[in-house]
Amino acid sequence: MGRSKLRTGNKWRARIRTGTDGLATGLAVLSTVLVVAPLVAIFVYLIYKGASSLSWAFFTQLPKPEGELGGGMANAILGSAVLLGLASLIGVPVGISGGIFLAEFGRGTKLANAIRFTADVLNGVPSIVMGIAVYALIVYRQKHFSALSGGVALGIMMIPTVTRTTEEMLLMVPHAVREAALALGVPNWRSVLSITVKTASPGIITGCMLAFARVAGETAPLIFTALGNSNWSANLNEPIAALPLQIYTYAISPYDDLHRLAWAGALVLIVLIVAAVSLVRFVASRGVLKGAS
Amino acid sequence: MNGQPASGAGAAEVSAIRGFLLARGNSAIADRGFHVLMVLCALSIFAIVVMIATELMVRSHLAWSQFGFRFFFSVFVDPDNNKPMYWDPVNGHFSALPFVYGTLVSSFLALLIAVPLAIGLAVFLTEMCPLMLRTPLAFITELLAAIPSVIYGLWALFVLVPLLREHVNPWLVKLLGWTGFFNDDTPTGLGFFSAGVILAIMILPIISSLTREVMNAVPGSQREAVLALGATRWEMIRMGVLRNARIGIVGAIILGLGRALGETMAVTMVIGNTPQIQRSLLASGSSMASVIANEYAEASGDLHLSALTEIGLALFIVTIVVNALARLLVWAVTRGAPAQVH
Repeated sequence: MGRSKLRTGNKWRARIRTGTDGLATGLAVLSTVLVVAPLVAIFVYLIYKGASSLSWAFFTQLPKPEGELGGGMANAILGSAVLLGLASLIGVPVGISGGIFLAEFGRGTKLANAIRFTADVLNGVPSIVMGIAVYALIVYRQKHFSALSGGVALGIMMIPTVTRTTEEMLLMVPHAVREAALALGVPNWRSVLSITVKTASPGIITGCMLAFARVAGETAPLIFTALGNSNWSANLNEPIAALPLQIYTYAISPYDDLHRLAWAGALVLIVLIVAAVSLVRFVASRGVLKGAS
Repeated sequence: MNGQPASGAGAAEVSAIRGFLLARGNSAIADRGFHVLMVLCALSIFAIVVMIATELMVRSHLAWSQFGFRFFFSVFVDPDNNKPMYWDPVNGHFSALPFVYGTLVSSFLALLIAVPLAIGLAVFLTEMCPLMLRTPLAFITELLAAIPSVIYGLWALFVLVPLLREHVNPWLVKLLGWTGFFNDDTPTGLGFFSAGVILAIMILPIISSLTREVMNAVPGSQREAVLALGATRWEMIRMGVLRNARIGIVGAIILGLGRALGETMAVTMVIGNTPQIQRSLLASGSSMASVIANEYAEASGDLHLSALTEIGLALFIVTIVVNALARLLVWAVTRGAPAQVH
């Protein structure tokens, strides 16, 4: 009697256990589907709405005054190029140098650990806070909005990302390469720049691209630094238009025509970013560095 | 001189060595200079943090000296209709309470939606997924992280909000209206709930990829040991993997929270931007980041600007603390694991 009770109990338990297992598997699959669905939806909408509104005028014309049909975002594309160029000029050299310090000079020291930790934390600081800080630093003192302040804000945001990826790439370079260079009597700085950094350069370049792609879509720090501009401008001392900023302004405007332009701008922006990310992924998966080790 | 023949070849050799030594001497200075330059660039990261902190503190001093800590709690009463009033730049009433409320509500709503999905996705990708699907799925979630916030906002404004307004919100009102959290008096679709949903989509990739990293750090022998005891796959995941990785998963969730707290553009576009506190999640509100994005460029006076800067300072301090905590937790788990890059 007792034994059979035990046996049926076991049967039920086994059934419950397999049932739970199946349920958990089902839930995991379901959550994967639920995560992938919005992404697919976003891309479908971007391509559907964006492609139907893209035209040659989008790339060549200035925005029209409110209420008029047509116009493009040519000045915003130029503005984004200026802002991103300025940002890279600040972020890339400083970031790479910081990464060189972490990997080549400070490995294992307390200072390097503190810097690495701070860089990670800085990466999580909201971009809008960065915008306020740069506003206080530059716009408040100059008393006017400027492309310069927008570029500085984006450049500062690039530094921690570039530093961390550069460090990770340099750590992959085998010691033997450094030793070989130093054994030839090459000064240390030459060895670092022409041997170690050069060996890791594909990885470092992809890291820079990743940081670039990240700030290319940033809007929040530009609202009160670069401000936006409806005319051609490449002057660093004047407000300048930017693609993400223009998308935002058009999206919250009440005109259907401007909404269409916003979708087109979003498509252009996302194509740029996805191209950069795919390139990074491609280079990383090819394992360019594996040959060196 | 030392008894060696002073031939032409020997002289050339000596001068070559001397030349080499001279070069070494020069490179010592160059090396020192290079080292200092690299240290300075690395220290710039500290400098940035200090710069942000001091600039924000200096610029928010006016509001701080005027309101002190009350800035985050005080409630004014509108003399016209006796309703609570929080933010009135024209008459100089500033209270950050509705923005703190909006940020907290939308962020926790986002976590509530995102955490189960992110952990489910991570479990599927690390433990169940056929190898063939793993790389494309991981790439897709990576892409989700690369989409700019303004594009999420655009999509949310024109696709998600109408969808929620027409199909989800009426259903929520009917089903859960009695709790008081889902009253929809003005069905625009803009509000805390929409902000929470879009935030959830945005923080999913970061939580999920960190959870995956932490789960990968659990040694395979752990899984095999649990399976060998006769556990089903789910029991193996629950007891062998999730339990070992739980500290790191908490870290990943906190990191996601940090992202949600500071997220600006998408929230600004869908939260409705009214400085009010309402019990209903379907009502419109405003968050700390969204009020800054909306009003900073057109602030009506020094005190207004200073109050907005103080909100920014609060956001800065909170995200620094949250991120530091999360990094420490993730680091505590993955430290012992072999480094990912090798």
